[in-house]
Amino acid sequence: MTAAEFASADKSGQGYRPGMAVILLGLAVLLALLKPFLPAIALRVPDAAVLPYDHWFQALFDFIKDDLGLIRVTRTISAGLEWLLDLTANLLYGKNRWPYLGPIPWFAIMAAVAATGWVLKGWKMALLGAVTFTWVALVGQWDIAMQTMSVIAVAAPVAALLGLILGILAWKSPRFAAILTPLLAIFQTLPFFTYLLPAVIFFKVGPTAGCVATIIYAMPPMVLMTTLGLKKVRAEVVEAGKMSGSTRWQMLRHVQVPSARSEILVGVNQVIMLSLAMVVLTAFIGMPGLGAKLLSLMNSLKLGRSFEIGVTIVLIAVTMDRMSKAWVVAQPVHFERGAPWWVRRRSLLIVLGAFLGGLALAQVFPYLAEVGRGQDLSMGSQIDAVITAILSNDIVTGVTGWLRGFLVGSVLIPFRNALLWLPVITVLMVAAAAGHAVGGWRSAAIAAGFLAVVALTGWWDRAMITLYSVLSAVFIAALVGLPLGILAALRKRWSDPILIACDTAQTFPSFVYLIPAIMLFGVSDVSVIFAIFIFATVPLMRYTIEGIRAVPDEVVEAADMSGATRMQKLFKVQLPLALPTMAIGVNQAIMFAFFMVIIAAFIGTQDLGQELQKTLAGNELGKNFVLGMCVALMALAFNHILMRWSEDRRKTLGLG
Amino acid sequence: MRITLSISAMALAAAASPAAFAADSTDPIVIPIHNWSSQIVMSNVVGQIFEAAGDHVEYVTTDSQAVYESVRMGDVTLELEVWEGAFGKSFRAALDKGGIEDVATHNAITREDWWYPLWTKEACPGLPDWHALNDCAAVFATPETGDKGRFLAGPVDWLKHDQERVDALGLNYTVVNAGSAAALWAEIAAAEKDKKPIILFNWTPNFAEAVWPGEFVNFPEWVDGCDVDPAVGPNPDATFDCGNPANGYLKIAAWDGMKDKWPAAYAILQKVSFTNAQIAQMAKLVDIDEMEPEDAAAKWLEDNADVWKPWMTN
Repeated sequence: MTAAEFASADKSGQGYRPGMAVILLGLAVLLALLKPFLPAIALRVPDAAVLPYDHWFQALFDFIKDDLGLIRVTRTISAGLEWLLDLTANLLYGKNRWPYLGPIPWFAIMAAVAATGWVLKGWKMALLGAVTFTWVALVGQWDIAMQTMSVIAVAAPVAALLGLILGILAWKSPRFAAILTPLLAIFQTLPFFTYLLPAVIFFKVGPTAGCVATIIYAMPPMVLMTTLGLKKVRAEVVEAGKMSGSTRWQMLRHVQVPSARSEILVGVNQVIMLSLAMVVLTAFIGMPGLGAKLLSLMNSLKLGRSFEIGVTIVLIAVTMDRMSKAWVVAQPVHFERGAPWWVRRRSLLIVLGAFLGGLALAQVFPYLAEVGRGQDLSMGSQIDAVITAILSNDIVTGVTGWLRGFLVGSVLIPFRNALLWLPVITVLMVAAAAGHAVGGWRSAAIAAGFLAVVALTGWWDRAMITLYSVLSAVFIAALVGLPLGILAALRKRWSDPILIACDTAQTFPSFVYLIPAIMLFGVSDVSVIFAIFIFATVPLMRYTIEGIRAVPDEVVEAADMSGATRMQKLFKVQLPLALPTMAIGVNQAIMFAFFMVIIAAFIGTQDLGQELQKTLAGNELGKNFVLGMCVALMALAFNHILMRWSEDRRKTLGLG
Repeated sequence: MRITLSISAMALAAAASPAAFAADSTDPIVIPIHNWSSQIVMSNVVGQIFEAAGDHVEYVTTDSQAVYESVRMGDVTLELEVWEGAFGKSFRAALDKGGIEDVATHNAITREDWWYPLWTKEACPGLPDWHALNDCAAVFATPETGDKGRFLAGPVDWLKHDQERVDALGLNYTVVNAGSAAALWAEIAAAEKDKKPIILFNWTPNFAEAVWPGEFVNFPEWVDGCDVDPAVGPNPDATFDCGNPANGYLKIAAWDGMKDKWPAAYAILQKVSFTNAQIAQMAKLVDIDEMEPEDAAAKWLEDNADVWKPWMTN
């Protein structure tokens, strides 16, 4: 297909019905203009009409927990998990539990990781693994890092396995998929503060609750990737499996799952990354290790040492990310029939050899077994001095002081007040218009319906403040992220540093930069938006790069041949074709922003996050759940519109 | 090596415990730790005392509000720092539901109120008298608050009544809630450089006192009923026209199954009581001397044997 044909396909695009949407939008504007004449009920749902949902949910919760006895089921599950966690805890940091063997010396673990890297992708990967784990030991964080890893070592495999099973079930049964998909969407958009109390009550505070929260958070991409991979398995492959007389289980085990290997492994990679992203937050429900230490360091304002913990988390995340990606790319090796076992198991033997070698060395040199207190090379106080110097630099504080005044006074507060001024009915109409534009009446009903529920709960004003923070941050993120993403996609030289920056921003614990943000911008909306902005820029850049790179070469060549300038090529060919993927990036950015805006309650906000924080004192579970649903529904309304648009657009452009 | 060590440790514990404390369960006593240093060190101090008495102890990091639900269910055994101001509501809610009990009260008294670092006085010399606040409101203004002064309050879940007080006393201030203790420290640290005046929520005992000397604002003294009866206090038409109580409690709470499962440890816990100075000392070992909490606790126990040894004898 040529560029010209794409352009014409663009105009005749189906599934795009602007007429009605424009009418709805016009109606929304009209209603806003007529605000003084509207009845009170169109402005806000009156207090009298707000039903006691929180009491109902509280009663429902108690019923499920006690009368149905769900708590006994979950407590049995946590007992099983606890056994596994005790096992890894003993091996990794010597917790006093069966099998009483640990802790394994750091040098042995480091050697095993490096060997794994070498087997997967050669000496560069080996070096990355070795540097990461040596850093952790030398900086004096080995124990706490292993406390964290002892939970992740259980949570990630369990999440991957559960995700695989659920993914297969969803692929087999469309009805199951129809139930599972919205549930997963809600789980992913419910704010963290809503997980906190139920996790503690049902799964016992401590590593078990941390483990369960991590599993729930990390599992959804595994389910999606498994289903996606299985759907892609080609009919000929399945046919061949059938012809060789496979049973259904053999088909699944030896034909379908191996054929979907790449997608499934991408799912595994996502599971690992999301598990690491939860390290700090789960510290609130008993996850031991890096996160807990980080939180207590922050509370005595030890920025240097918390920065070091952040570096540790990033290094571990990057190592595991690169290794699991290398595993995705590596094709399974096929051996000659009758090859001896040491040839078949070569990789395993290398890793085992490195491990035993490390173990032996550690027996000889105690420093290789354990880096004692006072022997570490932490530079916490030096880093503190550097950070303080930067933060108290007159130019820096001058700029940030001006920026704070300008943004707060001229941009943010007017925007917030405008959103708060809007009648409920106008916002619902805008949502319906956007929904109608992408997916007709059904989407209009979904988008407006979700927001209507938020209005009915009586938390509208708080919800609008949440929305204001999210929209402001995503807008700024787009201003920065899209140009950088385009640049990285077009210039090879730029892409590596930008991708590394993405990885770092995504895994570096946000708590570490919350504090410098407050020191620069005070407890203000600017700090909140800054924190969200860093998080939300990442998917925008990632998906822009991916979208532009995925534009078929033939199309780009065709544009070159028809004499397009670079600008023409970018704006007429590459960007339009990349737009569906970029829309997914925008969607991700909004989802991340809804996640982060609640975390920003730790800076100080006046939105739903603040109310959620308040429910934790006094254990108001019902109210907590209502507030959590408000956040989830707003996020889901955006999710529906953007994903629907992206899918339709993809079909229109013939991108499959 | 590890194996033999742990086995001999177990043998020791087994030999020691039946004689002295026949009844204590061998299950670990679970002590929750939160994210501020004094509580972490104090938990380690009490944990090491229990260990010296032959009990097994484990620590778990938790949220400081959600912990009361866990104590009630017996998932964690006790809580060593129940601050009246910050956690009183969660604690009372848990007491009403049952499963948790009020074991002891520390000798330490807590105070939580409007506070400023000393350099603030240069810009507002009338302090600490609260009447000076309105004269200096402009000094404390920020872009968010316009002409009004900003009072940086603690997190909302600490359930203070600052807004009510601002209204009751006619203060020309806007209350802005910080979301965490760390956010408060960050603001002080940022203000320190230019000696910018700042007025915010703070409490004692806490590590900040050692880093930034400061004073509490003197509000009309707390009188019982100030929070419910408008007639009490200088403003006859409003409640909360007074400061917070200057002597809030700091309690110890425990799961109500503890006294049956670990009677000896429970008997010790009933006697545990720390003073403001001792708590500040514990925090200092970690915050200023940069020790690890376990080591800080061991050092504190070593230096203060006369304080805790008597708790061990029946």
